Amino acid sequence: MAPAAASGDRAVPFWSDVFGRRRWALYASYFFLFLFIVFFLFPPYYMLITSFKTNAEISSLAGNPWVIQGDVTLEHYRNLLLETSFPVYFRNTVVVTVLVVTISMVISILAAYSLARMRFWGSATLATGIFLTYLVPETLLFIPMFKIVGGLGLLNSYWSLVLVYPTLVVPFCTWILIGYFSSIPRELDEAALIDGCNHFQMLTKIFIPVAKPGIIAAVIFAFTVSWAQFIYPLAFLYSEDQLVLTVGTVTTLIRGDVFAWGGLMAGALMAAAPPVILYAFLMDYYIAGLTAGATKT
Amino acid sequence: MARRETTGLVTAGAAGGQGGLGRRWTRFRQSRSALAFLLCLPLVLLIAGLVVYPFFYAIYLAMLNRAETAFVGLDNFAFLFGRSTFWMVVRQSILFTLTAVFFKALIGFVCAHLIHNLPPRGQRVWRGLSLVPWVIPPALSTLGWWWLFDPTYSAINWLLTSFGAAAVPWLSDVFWARFSVILVNIWYGAPFFLIMYLAALKSIPEELYDAAKVDGASAWQRLVYITLPMMRNIIAITMLFSTIVTFANFDIVRVLTQGGPRNTTHLFATYAFKLGIQSGDIPLGAAVSLFMFPILALFAMFILRDVRERTRRL
Repeated sequence: MAPAAASGDRAVPFWSDVFGRRRWALYASYFFLFLFIVFFLFPPYYMLITSFKTNAEISSLAGNPWVIQGDVTLEHYRNLLLETSFPVYFRNTVVVTVLVVTISMVISILAAYSLARMRFWGSATLATGIFLTYLVPETLLFIPMFKIVGGLGLLNSYWSLVLVYPTLVVPFCTWILIGYFSSIPRELDEAALIDGCNHFQMLTKIFIPVAKPGIIAAVIFAFTVSWAQFIYPLAFLYSEDQLVLTVGTVTTLIRGDVFAWGGLMAGALMAAAPPVILYAFLMDYYIAGLTAGATKT
Repeated sequence: MARRETTGLVTAGAAGGQGGLGRRWTRFRQSRSALAFLLCLPLVLLIAGLVVYPFFYAIYLAMLNRAETAFVGLDNFAFLFGRSTFWMVVRQSILFTLTAVFFKALIGFVCAHLIHNLPPRGQRVWRGLSLVPWVIPPALSTLGWWWLFDPTYSAINWLLTSFGAAAVPWLSDVFWARFSVILVNIWYGAPFFLIMYLAALKSIPEELYDAAKVDGASAWQRLVYITLPMMRNIIAITMLFSTIVTFANFDIVRVLTQGGPRNTTHLFATYAFKLGIQSGDIPLGAAVSLFMFPILALFAMFILRDVRERTRRL
């Protein structure tokens, strides 16, 4: 008991010693944190090992389901890529996401530049309105959207998603970009003005480079929302050539009563991979964007 | 003259060569107002066309009959009021939101403290791992939970039975089905609270704790008199945000139970989807989702007040 020895002649239990207590608290933190991490990670872990199991092992009730006991197989992944519409869903999702991110960023950057630096009649109201729009959940408006998309003849076309996703993305992106743009010192504007910059040059040469972390955070947000959206494609799309990953995986990989669990888990993991990989590489930007919504004003 | 006819966008730059800075500054300012509005125009059109208009359109739709041929006033709302299923959805939505938000906040708070206790070097990895549930699209991760809750192959039940406990009918029993959707929502949402609270903890100046230690404050006193008051704003706004998102949840319930067993796990969104899109009664579905609005508006008002306050203080 090293901590007890450190407390020496004082007749106190070892854990109330300052250093001992700190160490004890550290061990306890690690222990409980470990439990929470197990709670957070066991579902993806279980999905992963299921996707590598053979069908025979998945359907057998004998043995521990939490480990792979038989052969490790890539059969489910191969099947998914070669014999289902999964690659089509992937392509559709990429097209929708790229377009939505591009459109949303253009709209957001222009609006944020204007709201951060120029005042015009109603600009304060507009900024508040943007924030309120961000609070409107997609589940409030999917029924009128369904009618509107139908009226435009876009039902069962992934172009409908390109039309409606910006409503979920633009308000938040504009909001955090206003925050980032406002924090750029006005001296930079003036210096640029002296050098003869116009608005467009000021935006591309000063605001966008200086607010790059904010722009990356906004892009990540736009990407994640478009990739993960579920209710709109579920309501709008039904043919296999138009489906996106979330809905395609949930609706077409579950076939009747015979669940192809291995394939389903492999599909869910592959569909989830791009946001997870993006997060792994850009964690700090991701977190900055996450906290900016509520902590930046 | 030619210069005066150019658009605002070019004026400031074209004026470059001649005239003093003062004149250029005035012209720059003059070009601003119209240009500012022009730059906001795409956003204004987007919000007006695809948020504000659909909202009023939803109100109009909710007052039509099923075939959308006749105006029936508030009949759809009255019809819902008379249905016990609707009241069950109301109760379940409230139970779901309150329980899930409370536990998400609690787990987030505890985990944030645990991570904050670690040496700074190690924090990154733990923080990175704990955010994984938030990063996976919920519709997809819920598929994994669905497989974990499978009546025959449930891997959670395998663990329970190997410890001698009874197998749990996760998605077929009313209580457990409600428990399951809430559990998955907590699993998905707790990391968001964790990140927010961790950011809040990091912003509390260390000197406050040092001073408190000198004064002999216990860990509990430091938590109650320093940490909580300093985090109050973040705790409040995170819970308000999360309440809106949780209340409007769709993905988890839709994938895990589809509202079953016997409609007991339906939330407003999934119930509206079932009535409006699946059963084809668009007006009734629109009426159900509109019921979310008053509660959402209330919470939005609280958030806005908080945000306004902070903007003023800056």
